[in-house]
Amino acid sequence: MNLGPHAAFIVTAYAAAAIVLGGLIAWIRIDYRLQRRKLADLETRGVTRRSDRATPTFP
Amino acid sequence: MSALFALFIRDLRLAVRVGGGAFMGVLFFLIVVALVPFAIGPDNALLRRIGPAILWLGALLASLLTLDQLFADDHEDGSLDLILMSSAPLPLAILAKACAHWLTAGLPLVIAAPLLGVFFNIDLLSMAAVSLTLLAGTPALTFLGLIGAALAAALRRGGMLVPVLILPLSIPVLIFGVAASNAAIAGPVPFGTPFTILCALSLVSLVVGPAAAAAALKHAD
Amino acid sequence: MAITGLANPSRFLAVVQPILPWLTAATVLVLALGIGQALFAAPDDYQQGATVKIMFLHVPSAWLGMFCWALMSVAALGTLVWRHPLADVAGKAAAPIGAAFTLLCLITGALWGRPMWGTYWVWDARLTSVLILFLLYLGVIALWRTVEDPSRAARAAAILTLVGAVNLPIIKFSVDWWNTLHQPASVFRLAGPAIHPAILTPLIVMAIGFLLLFVTLHLAAIRNEILRRRVRTLQLMQAESAAE
Repeated sequence: MNLGPHAAFIVTAYAAAAIVLGGLIAWIRIDYRLQRRKLADLETRGVTRRSDRATPTFP
Repeated sequence: MSALFALFIRDLRLAVRVGGGAFMGVLFFLIVVALVPFAIGPDNALLRRIGPAILWLGALLASLLTLDQLFADDHEDGSLDLILMSSAPLPLAILAKACAHWLTAGLPLVIAAPLLGVFFNIDLLSMAAVSLTLLAGTPALTFLGLIGAALAAALRRGGMLVPVLILPLSIPVLIFGVAASNAAIAGPVPFGTPFTILCALSLVSLVVGPAAAAAALKHAD
Repeated sequence: MAITGLANPSRFLAVVQPILPWLTAATVLVLALGIGQALFAAPDDYQQGATVKIMFLHVPSAWLGMFCWALMSVAALGTLVWRHPLADVAGKAAAPIGAAFTLLCLITGALWGRPMWGTYWVWDARLTSVLILFLLYLGVIALWRTVEDPSRAARAAAILTLVGAVNLPIIKFSVDWWNTLHQPASVFRLAGPAIHPAILTPLIVMAIGFLLLFVTLHLAAIRNEILRRRVRTLQLMQAESAAE
């Protein structure tokens, strides 16, 4: 794959895409784990919603 | 000493949370810097010449934006009284808060500046020079800003008071910051001369700022 | 209607959780196909050479950046007019994603512009409008981060989103005029490539891939925001009961 004389720019562009979109994906995944952990933590302390006690969202 | 460190960490945490100043300061910097070409027009040569000055002005205004929150929040919820009553020396406590403020408000500006240099078609070497001068000069802005923030702490309707108090004090910092940037870009003055004066200003304000702010807070009642 | 059926956050979570892995797989497949085509199968443009490969990132990012604001505007209407319970959640969740696509559009545009037109940035109408869109995204995100109570922030953010939507075409016109009033120092030809099918196909595939990526991330972000609000409610409950 010959990227020609401006190969550095092409590579940087694709790397930027990986970083920006990868960072976005990572943030969403980490945020999910963080919220799950906080909910589990609150649950072990006995703080729950009435509807969660009836039918738990995450068994 | 651990009380001062705890205060430092607390201020760091508060600044990055919802309602804290960290994000807002950089965003304001970005917007102000982006506004200037609209006023001046897309004249690339002119923009390149005034680019460093615009970046410095933007950094100055963005620092001011977050400075008046420095003591106001603590005054409102009573933690300022606790800080005043504690056994840690007041200037050092203020210094801890100031360091946290610079890390969350000043340093992001230093990091953002090279990226914004792209909008002014400033070349890489010049952008590095501007960033370096900002790195040396934004601490001075923070420490001088302490004085205004402390004077305005007890005032609810302070409003524009802090900028009005601080801007005259910040003029030397601005002058030498821009002079150092331009010296690096165009000469003829060697970069070192204004840059060392800029560093000296930061060091002097490091001492004067917290001391004056402590005096202002003590006499606020 | 499906949208009203999904108004209940718990029902939304129950419906969306099993779908997400499939959406993720579809996104990965389409993006892999698109990138493969973009990098290997697409021919070099006779004017621009291989740098046309940057276009396969740049154009879909631009489309998604604008699509996202349009979606946020619909969500804003849902908040203000129809009072749909999840509308403001959808709007808040979409903002960082749209900002990311717009940022990627700006970055790839600058990297495309340097070899092609000699400069990373120029204050022409299209680039400036995208920059303004990016600033609007940051403004909405700042608004969400500043107001503590999500329901109060929701109305303010919805209004800001709609004002931004109305303002975008106005900005586009005014920036056009601004650019012709002040003659720029040098004139840049924005000659784009002629769209041959060999280049069009990877572009469409990448656009679909980006769209799938957006949908997947948006649903995941809505899920996160629902959970975040639950955490906040529970923490408030806990603080209240501790205060007794």
